[in-house]
Formats: sequence, structure tokens, C-alpha cells
Amino acid sequence: MSLLSLLFGEKKKTAAIAKERLQLIIAREHSSTYRGADFLPDLQRELIAVISKYVAVNPDDIKVQLEQQDNYEVLEVNIVLPEQNAATLRERTAAHLSRQP
Amino acid sequence: MTRVVVITSGKGGVGKTTTSAAFASGLALRGFKTCVIDFDVGLRNLDLIMGCERRVVYDFVNVINGEAKLTQALIKDKHCENLFVLPASQTRDKDALTEEGVEAVIKELEHMGFDYVVCDSPAGIERGAVLALTFADEAIVTTNPEVSSVRDSDRILGILQSKSRRAAEGREPVKEHLLVTRYSPKRVDDGEMLSYKDVQELLRVPLIGVIPESESVLHASNQGTPAIHLKGADVADAYTDVVARFLGEERPLRYVNYEKPGLIKRLFGGK
Ligand SMILES: Nc1ncnc2c1ncn2[C@@H]1O[C@H](COP(=O)(O)OP(=O)(O)OP(=O)(O)O)[C@@H](O)[C@H]1O
Ligand SMILES: [Mg+2]
Repeated sequence: MSLLSLLFGEKKKTAAIAKERLQLIIAREHSSTYRGADFLPDLQRELIAVISKYVAVNPDDIKVQLEQQDNYEVLEVNIVLPEQNAATLRERTAAHLSRQP
Repeated sequence: MTRVVVITSGKGGVGKTTTSAAFASGLALRGFKTCVIDFDVGLRNLDLIMGCERRVVYDFVNVINGEAKLTQALIKDKHCENLFVLPASQTRDKDALTEEGVEAVIKELEHMGFDYVVCDSPAGIERGAVLALTFADEAIVTTNPEVSSVRDSDRILGILQSKSRRAAEGREPVKEHLLVTRYSPKRVDDGEMLSYKDVQELLRVPLIGVIPESESVLHASNQGTPAIHLKGADVADAYTDVVARFLGEERPLRYVNYEKPGLIKRLFGGK
């Protein structure tokens, strides 16, 4: 803070900070990554049910994630198969949704 | 054709009721037969702002439940010939309003030849707020230049675009207007408050007006006189302009620029 502003008690210009924060949060809340996220728990539950029919997996070893990568949204499903099924297999499926953010 | 206009915001206390009263009065002053409905069930306040609290006999919920006729519940405004108020009930039952009930009341107002129905929405995004916007043709999104109000307005815009009848039936979407209220040009000038341009840029909705932060609003509510009637007050002018723009007229913005007080004013004070 400069001496002048100390003397005259210059006020903080906080409006610009408010605007920047709002720009970020509104953009985030508009993206389907954010809004669509509420289907993830259901998706995860159903995936566990289906996969458990064929392989004995631990529910904790199935991870579902939606991520933003540039102009794509990536739905990432990570399934860790149990040890006894050969080596530890890590299957990764990525579905590219061509939705614009 | 009756036009239904919702005054909404998401966030509480931003000036919806103040705006509903002033806007509905302004439409009536321009000669339109107007009804203003309080959707804030359990927290009725529009009657106080309109100055008709002692004349409330029946309310919106009584009409919906068939306990009173609409004509018995409508209160004629004391300032304007063609303005009527439909008060909310003080019941604590939040489910008292039903979609069918609200629709029936609006249909009846249409048959009675009302030009405008103004819906004063409660805060929040729950049932009452959703019902207030369900039948809207136009929406005035009331926003204070402040972070939580802007974000909540953005939420309510999303709800308008998904839950209104117009959206559900795939008709032309609800026409949205942005109204920035409680605006303080000095604080904007000092960089302490978001400018109306900032708010508009963030929400991307056409601006219908800017209402200054004003002491007159308290005088108006003290007396039960809608702010638009206060002769010579900045808020009254600002609301009059809003009504004119709503009716398609061009009006430059007033009271949005800060003028530094002159030396005399600074020396001798005064407001
Ligand atoms: N332009 C203004 N200048 C100063 N005070 C104002 C202005 N507009 C509204 N107020 C004050 O802000 C308070 C809230 O206003 P109002 O009741 O209209 O808000 P609301 O959005 O209807 O609130 P709620 O969400 O509780 O229904 C009141 O005390 C009112 O007098
Ligand atoms: Mg209110």
C-alpha cells in the first residue's frame, strides 16, 4: 500500500473480485459436467450390479468420474478386478461425449 | 390476451415485493387492468406494501379451496382504479397452493378481462417460487449487485427455462428481463459494488432497468404506498421508466452515474 493511499484511506476495489468469482462459478454451474453429475451415483450402483453378475468385484473398486477436457466431457469408468482373476487387471473405459461445455 | 409476469429472484430480500407493488401500480397507471398476486404463502407482505392489509378478508388459498369466490378475495387498490390485489394466506401449510388451483385462478382473471397478472414470488426455489413462475409469459428477474443474489438469479433463470409451462410445452420461452435493484452508483464508482453492466454481462438477460438504493423505499412501505407513487423520488422515476420499457418504449437509464457532490454540499452536508 502506498503512502498516499495510507494517508487518504484508499478503499479496496472488491467489485472486480466479485465479478471474476461469479464468472467462474456460473460457467461451472452451467456446464453439464456439473449439472449432469447427479446421475453418477445411480450409474455407479447399476454398474456394480451388472459387473457383479459376472465377476466378484468389490463395490469400492468401481469408480465413475465425469471430467472436463478441453471441449470434451470424458466419462471415465475404472474397474479394478480382484487379484485371483489373473494379474491385476485394470480396465479403463472412456466414453467421449461430444457435448460442448 | 392476459399477460402473466412473474417477479422472481431466488434470493430473499432483494426487492421483489417492492417491485411487484410498484410495477403493478405502474401498469395500472398506464390504464391496464392489472391484478397483483402474493405467492408468499405463510409470509404475506404484499398487502402491507400496497396498504390494504386491513381489508383482507379472503385470500388466494381460500379461492383455490373454493371457500371464497375470486371476486370476494380481490381487493381494489386505493390509488389506482383498475388495480386489484390478491393476498396470500397466512396458513403454514406449504402445500396449500396447487398447480391446478393457480391455473384456475389465472384462467378466471383472464375471463374477467385483466390485461396483466403480476406474480410476486417468494424467495427460494421451492414449490411457491416454482408455482409463481409456472404460468409466466414474462419474468422480471430482480437482482442486487452482490455475489449471492447474482448466482441465485442465475439459478432461477435455469428453473424458468425448465419448469415454466412455456418450457414444458415447448412454446416460445418466457421473456426474461433483468432488473438490478438497490443500486448504489457511488459504491460502483468506488469499485466496491458490481456495476449493472457487470451483472448483465454475467446473467446475459436484457436489462429492463436499474432501481437505486433509496431511503424513499422505507417511507413508502411505512405508509403502505407503492414506491412508484412517491412524487419526485428517484425510485419512483426509475420504476416509471421500467414500466415504460416493459411496454416497449425507449427510456435512457437514470440514476446510474455517480456525481461527486460539489464543494458547498460537502461543506454544509445535507442529503
Ligand atoms: N431500492 C431500494 N432501496 C432501499 N431499500 C430497498 C429497496 N428495495 C427494497 N428495499 C428494502 O429491502 C427490503 C426487502 O424488500 P422486499 O420485501 O421488496 O424484498 P423481497 O425480495 O420481496 O423479500 P422476500 O424474499 O422476503 O419476499 C425491504 O426492507 C425494502 O424496504
Ligand atoms: Mg417478498
